[in-house]
Amino acid sequence: MAQKTVKPLGLSKKKGIFKRELPFYLMLIPGVLFALVFSYGPMFGLVMAFQDFTPLKSFENSPWVGFENFRMMLQLPTFWPVVRNTLVISLSKIVLRLLVPLVIALLLNEVLHEKFKRVAQTVFFLPYFLSWAVMGGILRSLFEYDGLVNSVLMSMGMERIMFLGSNTWFPIIIILSDVWKDMGYNMIIFLAAITNVDPALHESAALDGANRWQQIWNITLPTIRPIVVMLLVLSLGSVLSAGLDQVMLLYNPMVYESGDIIDTLVYRLGLVNHQWSLSAALGLMKSVISFILVVLSYRVATKHFDYQVF
Amino acid sequence: MTRKKWSWFTVVNYVVLSLLIIVCLVPIMHVIATSLSEKLEAVSGNVGIWPKGFNLEAYRYVMEDAQFWKALSVTLLRVAIGVPINILLVILTAYPLSKANNRFHGRTVFSWFFVFTMLFNGGMIPGYIVINKLGLLNSIWALTLPGAMNVSYMILMMNFFRGIPTEIEEAAVIDGANQAQVLFRIYLPMSLPSLATIILFATVANWNVWMDGFLYMNTPDKYPLQTYLATLLMESKGNVETLMTPEQLARMEMISEKTIEAAQIFLAALPIMCVYPFLQKYYIKGIVVGSVKG
Repeated sequence: MAQKTVKPLGLSKKKGIFKRELPFYLMLIPGVLFALVFSYGPMFGLVMAFQDFTPLKSFENSPWVGFENFRMMLQLPTFWPVVRNTLVISLSKIVLRLLVPLVIALLLNEVLHEKFKRVAQTVFFLPYFLSWAVMGGILRSLFEYDGLVNSVLMSMGMERIMFLGSNTWFPIIIILSDVWKDMGYNMIIFLAAITNVDPALHESAALDGANRWQQIWNITLPTIRPIVVMLLVLSLGSVLSAGLDQVMLLYNPMVYESGDIIDTLVYRLGLVNHQWSLSAALGLMKSVISFILVVLSYRVATKHFDYQVF
Repeated sequence: MTRKKWSWFTVVNYVVLSLLIIVCLVPIMHVIATSLSEKLEAVSGNVGIWPKGFNLEAYRYVMEDAQFWKALSVTLLRVAIGVPINILLVILTAYPLSKANNRFHGRTVFSWFFVFTMLFNGGMIPGYIVINKLGLLNSIWALTLPGAMNVSYMILMMNFFRGIPTEIEEAAVIDGANQAQVLFRIYLPMSLPSLATIILFATVANWNVWMDGFLYMNTPDKYPLQTYLATLLMESKGNVETLMTPEQLARMEMISEKTIEAAQIFLAALPIMCVYPFLQKYYIKGIVVGSVKG
């Protein structure tokens, strides 16, 4: 008898939980549907990397070819140069995107003139809000053959340089303009972290005769080091993303040698040459490596820096 | 404190920062100056950061250009449709996921379901195929729907909701409110500043992105403003050139004139620059909450 009464009670309790949480499930439905279609959909679409896919035949009817596309990918004469370009550009971006804002934040923090500080911060943060289309236009007007920089060079009696057609200059312009555009973001983070440093530390250091450099080096930097390292770790996932919407605007066949990156190659192979499966294979390789790097970096960040994904 | 060293440091600091400010401002001023200059002066490279032969000819041309207005209207439409969908999805998912694990037992599973989309993605080509299969190519929905469920905004919103004491929800439930009422009548009004932050994030993102219009729109007259601008600037236009009619190509040649190009660059950035003081304030708050707190 006792067992008989316990069972329905347990059931109704479970039912109660479900009923109580039902609204939460209902609220999640639209978001789940969107994620399924637009995020998980393309993931399942990656099967095309193992097929000889054509849009007409679609996923069901395209013949399976195993790893053929990956073999072809490795044999592309552009494959290794493109990987190298991607790594060179993205690694330089990752490092400079931390170093430059860090230096600027340290300098800004030493500014006593509030108004100057505000003006500087406003100017440095502005490009972050401009689109790459606008930034691309600005860069072009600076660096094209009859652009501002060449006018200045000419007036100083120097030769014009084909910046956007030169394999030496192109990656440099890509890297530096990216740092310029986005440095404001990390600058804000670093400034916030620096202002959290206990002023008492600076006061006692000043009493002990430490100058500004010594204070920056021995107090400010060590206290914000964790956040710098954490941001570095978290940016690992973007090692294979060298900036599609930036490079695509500025590159041209003359600088493919130094400026063609994985994403632009995926675009050209797929949407220009219609080698759907080959470009999907290249994209899949990128996604898998990025995934491993992101998971690793989140692991390290949660373990050592109290970072929470959600 | 040794006064001499202190002042040296300050002088160098101010000089370095001032130089940096100038370096950052000159390119922007150059574009504005070019757009306001005489055509010939601009072409012969005489324009620095001040207009030469001041005139508004380039702006008049752009204002009379139907294509420019078309592109602007596509952008406005994508903001008007995209941002509300975006925000609604973010709110609806952030609320349940902001609950404690014992209040919403599915929380961990669904959180990972969403976070996984940030870790791994299908990439450009399968994404394109999916949008093609759904019949969204060449429609405004290709610009507004794919990015609508934005997980980073969701996480931000979720963290804001978590800051609201649970007692408030409990009291409302005892008074007979259902969860939808708790969310829309209590939580949302209490998190208006955070909501504003996310609306701004979404609006700026919708305004600025150019790649999706380039990938998903088959005809240049469906391009949003930034895509339109981008294709004007691009040297290797990829598949776009083949899609254009000879008239469109000829037009493109003509409007790639320096002053007109500069005017369009400036106009495409103008709305953002106008609301920039706002943006700056809210973004700083959002960035600091999102990152420093972790």
